[in-house]
Amino acid sequence: MSSLSAKIKDAFDEPACDKNRGKDAKARKEGCSKSLTPGAAAGGCAFDGAKIVLQPITDVAHLVHAPLACEGNSWDNRGAVSSGPTLWRTSFTTDLTELDLVMGQGERKLFKAIREIKHTYAPPAIFVYSTCVTALIGDDIEAVCKRATEKFGLAVVPINAPGLAGSKNLGNKLAAEALLDHVIGTVEPDDPGPYDINILGEFNLSGEFWLVKPLLDRLGIRVRACIPGDARYRDIASAHRARAAMMVCSTALISLARKMEERWDIPFFEGSFYGISDTSQALRNLVRLLVRKGADPEILERTETLIAQQEAIAWKKLESYRQRLQGKRVLLNTGGVKSWSVVHALMEIGIEIVGTSVKKSTVQDKERIKQVLKHDKHMFESMAARELYAMLSEHRADIMLSGGRTQFIALKAKTPWLDINQERQHPYAGYDGMVELVRQIDLAIHNPIWSQVRQPAPWDCQPDLIGELPCTRNETAYLFDEFACATAHEC
Amino acid sequence: MARILLQSKSAAVNPLKSSQPLGAAFAFLGVDGAMPLFHGSQGCTSFALVLFVRHFKEAIPLQTTAMDEVATILGAADHLEEAILNLKNRTKPKLIGVCTTALVETRGEDCAGDIANIKLKHTQELAGTEVVLANTPDFDGAIEEGWARAVTAMIEGITRSGERARHPKKIAILPGCNLTVADVEHMRDMVESFGLKPVILPDISGSLDGTVPDRWVATTYGGTSVEDIRELGTAMQCIAIGEHMRRPAKALLGLTGVPYVLFQSLTGLQDTDRFVSLLSSISGAAVPARVRRRRAQLQDAMLDGHFHFGGKKIAIAAEPDQLFQLATFFAGLGSEIAAAVTTTDRSKILEKVPAVSVQIGDLGDLESLAVGADLLVTHSHGRQASERLRIPLMRIGFPVFDRLGSQHKLAILYQGTRDLIFEVANIFQANQHAPTPEALDPLRNREISHERCSPPLAGQ
Repeated sequence: MSSLSAKIKDAFDEPACDKNRGKDAKARKEGCSKSLTPGAAAGGCAFDGAKIVLQPITDVAHLVHAPLACEGNSWDNRGAVSSGPTLWRTSFTTDLTELDLVMGQGERKLFKAIREIKHTYAPPAIFVYSTCVTALIGDDIEAVCKRATEKFGLAVVPINAPGLAGSKNLGNKLAAEALLDHVIGTVEPDDPGPYDINILGEFNLSGEFWLVKPLLDRLGIRVRACIPGDARYRDIASAHRARAAMMVCSTALISLARKMEERWDIPFFEGSFYGISDTSQALRNLVRLLVRKGADPEILERTETLIAQQEAIAWKKLESYRQRLQGKRVLLNTGGVKSWSVVHALMEIGIEIVGTSVKKSTVQDKERIKQVLKHDKHMFESMAARELYAMLSEHRADIMLSGGRTQFIALKAKTPWLDINQERQHPYAGYDGMVELVRQIDLAIHNPIWSQVRQPAPWDCQPDLIGELPCTRNETAYLFDEFACATAHEC
Repeated sequence: MARILLQSKSAAVNPLKSSQPLGAAFAFLGVDGAMPLFHGSQGCTSFALVLFVRHFKEAIPLQTTAMDEVATILGAADHLEEAILNLKNRTKPKLIGVCTTALVETRGEDCAGDIANIKLKHTQELAGTEVVLANTPDFDGAIEEGWARAVTAMIEGITRSGERARHPKKIAILPGCNLTVADVEHMRDMVESFGLKPVILPDISGSLDGTVPDRWVATTYGGTSVEDIRELGTAMQCIAIGEHMRRPAKALLGLTGVPYVLFQSLTGLQDTDRFVSLLSSISGAAVPARVRRRRAQLQDAMLDGHFHFGGKKIAIAAEPDQLFQLATFFAGLGSEIAAAVTTTDRSKILEKVPAVSVQIGDLGDLESLAVGADLLVTHSHGRQASERLRIPLMRIGFPVFDRLGSQHKLAILYQGTRDLIFEVANIFQANQHAPTPEALDPLRNREISHERCSPPLAGQ
């Protein structure tokens, strides 16, 4: 696997990554994968990471070369949305059995599987994922893909990111490498234009990119390729003809952005569509890059007009939540940048941030957070489940915003919780998305269940214990009154 | 006798299976103070964990030995040792259930030997914690096999061997993985109503029933106690439910001499009658009045419900024992099993499935076999087929991630069968098509409409 290890080394030496730049030469050499502690590890593998990045490409057949678990336990589980093709939600795997492994039939089975998919579904491309076991037994998926490409006359792309190579983040990077090596630049568009852009690292979760795209449409900006959210294979194959790119709040695809700049002279910036001012700033940066690349400068003014309009509407809508949310305490427990983007808007309407995880934040991010939060102690690298549970059950926050991994810590501590990671149900991007986020926070905090589920059972509030229990004498008296009332009515 | 059709495709399309180690972890989760541990790369664990969480809507204890490239090449015994010690120190479990994965099994590691060494080396550190191994490579079997292997491993590793003094009222029950939390709870009530003391292994009703504990617990908080597993040999009788539980029941018999009775299904009037008669004869007690009342309710449900079932074409995809349980239920009410798809050809129960043939395959097979059926019966991943075929889907089995409360759905004994009849009949009623002149026109498409006739009025 010499080529794979070379790829990994390359992926970790990322000059455009802030975090990487901040390290000395020795630390940089070690890469950014932390070695995992057996028995105390969490998170997905490299295959998982690669699949996350590529699966939202909607018209591609994604074929996983593996025994059952890699695909069988994980398919159709993402919140990305397609505006058309549904093939990406169909699961394909070689489902290798013991016999296949013992007899060394892996490559043959893979080739046949590609043929079956080609005949039944006729997709524009098939992505073939290697995994731990097929890497271990030495199946050469690159050779099989090459042969299949020649034989069937369609793009069969090897994605070489077996789980044992490392973490999810590494898998993201290896997926980007596969796109660079095999996909981007393979199709020449017949209609390139001065307002063509790429959006990198946008997944269209809950369709949230559709909250942003109309703004770009209004400005006359065309999204050549959104990678990967709601993408088509041809869009990505011709993405090299865009004039500018935006890398959306994730360092996962930074190498893709940088290499596209190097190879095809597509300048990029890092931006975010979460939060109001971040959305505005992203629009500004985009048009500036386009103008720099030759677009008519009149677009700058049109952009400012649109921003002013949209911001005014959004702030007006948010203002109506101020009274209900003023002074509410939010705990942000998720990867740094994303949460950071919404902090400004939350604070603007009077919400207090009582803590934020900075696990994935860059040094710069941490500085920004420090300035706003005023207390360093509110920043934490990561919090053990037990500690988090303690903090929440003592009501030191009114709501936690996080990903599914910590959902049940909050709920079991009887604390409102909102999903802001990939399984979330609501779109939060753009101006309307920020309003939606605040609306969801309001709904979560003010749901009437909280006072009910926190109430101990009446028979647990025995008179001699009342002083020690959260149930006060007055409340108990009231409870009995009500009970008496109800009985009286019935009689 | 159903013909078993083996898989001939190379690309599995929309898998029906979940992996074997997941099944083993599931069984370990039915033990109090347990911590299942996957011996493989971290992704194996992460995928299974996410799937469990989506199904149960609970925090699920599940850890990984986090094998990397180096461990894959040089051997992963160190990772296993470190993981076990870390878990012991951090979470103080009563049971660590090691489930192997395809990665470590393809390497051909001697995990049993490794665990024996670890136990020997750290006897004192590991005191109070049982470490049990289930060999469950992903390239073989599915949930059922994994579940049965874990239960067998627990019996072989923990239960005290030898003939013991038998407790006349104690019954060991080994439920299959197709029983829900509600099924297990209800079965316990039924057994207790005869004055018997059931010990259920695994008992997911104690650990995965969705409650709010008053403190944070890193392991499971409820389920069969390790002490009860140790003392299984003092039971008067063992009852195993599902053909896949024959192996653990045999293991218990071999180890302790406790005889077993195996029920292939507990759904339906006749199977429940057999179960109730058995309880009555073991306990010497008469069948309680409320059980008789439930039986009468089921009789009435069958009388009211059979109108909706007769002639309906049912397409089922499930693990072997669940397939048998559901297919016999539907066939017993007059429906036809138009398609039966399952995960493995290993199970002896398959030839008893009341269908012409049983396809070993995936949900892609179900989708092509189910054309023209009236109802799809499988787990949540059947939703795509259901949408495309416009056939209603009844969600059963694992995973059910897009509906709440699947663990609290009862499907066994008189009451569960009664509820199941109502559920299915209601799905049919909700999806009824009103008769139209075109559909009823005797001169239109006579051959086709005759061939495809479900009940002539309700179909089409």
